[in-house]
Parts: sequence; structure tokens; C-alpha cells
Amino acid sequence: MWKLLQIELFKIFKRPRTYISFAAITALVGLIQMGLYIDGKSYVEFMLRDLSMSFEIEGNILNGYLVCYIILQLLLVHVPLLITLIAADLISGEANMGTLRLLLTKPVSRTEVIFAKFGAATIYTLLLLVWMAILALFVSMALFGTDDMLNMKSGYIVQMKSYDVFWRYACAFGFAALAMLTVAALGFFLSLFAENSIGPIVATMSIILVFTILSTLDIPFFNAIKPYLFTTHMIGWKGFFDVKVSEDNEAIIGSVQNLGKVLQAAGILVLHIVGLLIASVIVFKRKDVLS
Amino acid sequence: MLPLRLCVKTNNTKMKKILLLLLSIIIFQQAAFSQDAMGLINKVKSKLDKVNDYVAEGRMKTDVSFIKAPAGKVKVFYKKPNKFKLKRDGGISILPKGGVSVNMSNLLTGKDFVAIPSGDSKVGNIPVKVVKLLPTSENSDVVLTTLYIEEATSLIRKANTTTKENGTYEMEMIYGKFASFGLPDKVIFAFNTKDYKLPKGVTLDFDTNEPVADRMKNKKGRVEISYTNYIINKGVSDAEFR
Repeated sequence: MWKLLQIELFKIFKRPRTYISFAAITALVGLIQMGLYIDGKSYVEFMLRDLSMSFEIEGNILNGYLVCYIILQLLLVHVPLLITLIAADLISGEANMGTLRLLLTKPVSRTEVIFAKFGAATIYTLLLLVWMAILALFVSMALFGTDDMLNMKSGYIVQMKSYDVFWRYACAFGFAALAMLTVAALGFFLSLFAENSIGPIVATMSIILVFTILSTLDIPFFNAIKPYLFTTHMIGWKGFFDVKVSEDNEAIIGSVQNLGKVLQAAGILVLHIVGLLIASVIVFKRKDVLS
Repeated sequence: MLPLRLCVKTNNTKMKKILLLLLSIIIFQQAAFSQDAMGLINKVKSKLDKVNDYVAEGRMKTDVSFIKAPAGKVKVFYKKPNKFKLKRDGGISILPKGGVSVNMSNLLTGKDFVAIPSGDSKVGNIPVKVVKLLPTSENSDVVLTTLYIEEATSLIRKANTTTKENGTYEMEMIYGKFASFGLPDKVIFAFNTKDYKLPKGVTLDFDTNEPVADRMKNKKGRVEISYTNYIINKGVSDAEFR
């Protein structure tokens, strides 16, 4: 199994397209950081325009923690597309090249092949997130410094002490890993049904795009179906950046406002991953591999 | 017997005299009350005048319906006649515009106001004299200040200030160890807040479908500063106010 995983990892990291994702993230994060470094003040003024009418706000508002939050908010919608490029190619790519049948002649079970391939996709996804964390969090902290973090939500503002933020990012990246693995599992599952990788890649991207649009549209008609879309739960990482308050409206350090809901969202994503993986095993076992 | 015309004339003169007397009494009484009010203000001022500067440490708690902020340590610097600076001990500070930077010495600095006595009242269980301060200068940002002064101790227990730019805010002072200097142990600022709203499309919130809590509908904001220590008349550098 370990040998199989090593082979799959070798295949992934041998392909130049794998590094497109890392390059794209580097470029995107760099561009956002540069933009905020040059004109971040305008962005903060826009976000705080209602508040600054009645309040004086002092401190390093646009610090590394806030910049990382902005980056994640912008990127975590698009990173799934980069993950799809690899995950949706794992089976269909082999089928396209005609190596899938050859692979299955080896003395390994089909279940092992599925687990090895999905394991490799998981490692790739986690590495991509680690790279993103390095760029978005650590580089931002170095460039913009650290201070308390202001999370500007639609109805209220949450202030978190600087020493109360880092663990939230650790949890948020952990959650993001689950969200991205759900995408990887979906792409992987769809790759079982095609003989070339374009079909499953486009299909996965389309599903994510449509679901994301439906999840973010604030129209009552769509609100009823939102809980059933996995994309609704993918932004659950943001839940770690809201805090509980005491009776007299004092933020409780180290608390999470809706931890139950966040964990529920994480659970739903895990169910998706497990479900799609089991479905992949079943489909692959029954699949008549002709290419 | 006096003729009727002469009798009416005499009565008119008498009436005029009485009216004049009444008017004089009213004016005199008003002046006396006003002097009383100024006397009370001067007593408060003389108490505050004992303080040339101070550095105070405290804990600030913000209670605004749309802000979830933790309590934090603050440092307050004051220097005569009207230098005042509140600094949060690390971190970002969100303070109501104008309100917190107003202190009692600040309100009573100079003589550009008229004190009008406005009767008696109570702050909690403490009987107080109500004095309204009207600025005489047209450039003053303060439109009206109402002071609730405890006569026995010459301490301002409560102050309502209406400003041109920053609306109305209320300050309530609770005194303790530093009452002899007219410095409070606890100050509670209350002020009106405006709405805060960002489009959901911009914030992309994680929707938990929770109903908006009642506290989110409260429009009155409060900032509470509890002072733990004052260092009085030991000198404060001007650099602290920049």
C-alpha cells in the first residue's frame, strides 16, 4: 500500500501541471498582498465606513491576521478549481493514457488502488494548503505585522486579541483541508466515469461553481436548499472567527460563537468525503476497465 | 375724599411699584441662584484644580450592540489645562468619537460658559444639584452640559453633554479612593450609536441561521472604564498626548 502511495505521489509530482496550482497560489496571494500593502487603507476605510462615523479606531487594523483572512476569503472559493485539476485526473488520466488496465494487472486490489490514489490526492491537497498557509499567514504576518484582529461581518464586528487568533487559523486551515478534500473526493469520484480528464475536471468545476453561487445568493427560494449543498458548509472555517459574549456583551477570549454548527459543517464534509470514497470503491470494483 | 381720577392714579403708581419690586426680586433671586450655581461649580473646580496631571491605569469594557470586543487594559494621561489621552494597552481600540476624551476638568476649563441652576435631583440614592452649563462661545463643539453635582462633597456624579458633531453622551462617575481629588474610580459613558451593516455578498458570512439576538437591537452604546490606580501630580510628558 505504501509503495502504491509512493508511486501515485511520484506520478502527481512528476507532472508539470501539479506545480501550476502552487504557482497560481503564489501569484494570487502575492498580488493581494501587494494591493493591500499599497492601498489597503482604502479597503479598510470602506469596510469600516459605518463604524468610523461614530467611533475612532486606532491600532494596526490591516495586520497580518486580517490580511490572511481576506486572502482566504477570496481564495478558498477558487482553490477547489486547482485541486480539481489533479483529483479529477487520477483515474480518467490513466484511462486516457491506457495505463489503467496495465495498473490493474498488478497484484493489488482495486480498493487499494483507490485508497492509494485518493491518499496521494490528499497529500497534494494538504501540501497546497500548507503552502497557502505559509504565504497567506506567515508572509502576511511578516509584511503587515500583528495586532488584534477585526472580523467585519455583515451585521457586527468581532474583535479578537492578537494572542487569541493563531489557534483559530490552525483550526480554520484544518477545516479548509476537509473542505478541499471534499472537492478532491468529488473530482476523484467523477474521474471514474470518463476516459479523459477534461470531462470530470469540467464537471467538478461546474458543480462547485453552481453550488457556490446558490450558497452565496441571499434569495429565500434558495435558502431552503442551502443546507443540502456541500459548498454551504465549506465556508464553515469562518465560524472560528466569531466569539461568544458574556451577559454584559464582553467578548469571551478563546470561545467560538457557534462551535456546534462549525463541527456539524465539518461532520457533513467528512460524510461527503467518506461517502464519495466508498462510492468510488464500489463503482471502481464493478467497473469494466477497457482502456 | 379724593377725587376718582386721583384715586386711580395713586393705585397705578402703587401697582407699578409692586411690579418693579417683584421684578427686582425675581432678577435678584435669579442672580443669587446663578451665583449659587457658579459657587458650586467653583467648588468643584477648586477640587479638580488640585490635580495638575495624572496617569491612570484601568480596564475598559465596550458594550455596543454590533461590536463584540474583549475588555482590555487602558492607560489614561491628563495634563492641565485640557490635555487628555486614552491609550489601549496594546491592541486595537474602538472608542466613541469625542465622548471618552471628555473629562470633568475639560468641561469646566475656562470661563466661557454660563451656569444655570436647574433644581434638585437624585443619582441613585445620592441627592444632587442640577446645573446646566451653556457655552458662551459660538465655536464651542459642546452645545449644552448638564451636571449633577453632589453638594456635600462637590463631586460631579453625572454629566450629560450634547455636542454639535458627536451627538449626546452621558457620563456617570463612581468615586472611591481618589474622591478628594475629584477623580472617579469608575466612569460609564453612554452614547447613541448608528447602524452598522455590510452586504452579505462582501462578507460571505458563515450562515448559522440564528435569530438576531436582542442585544443586537440595542441602539445605546456603553464604555465602562474602571480605574485601578492613579499617579497624581508626578509629571506627564507632552509626548504622551501625540
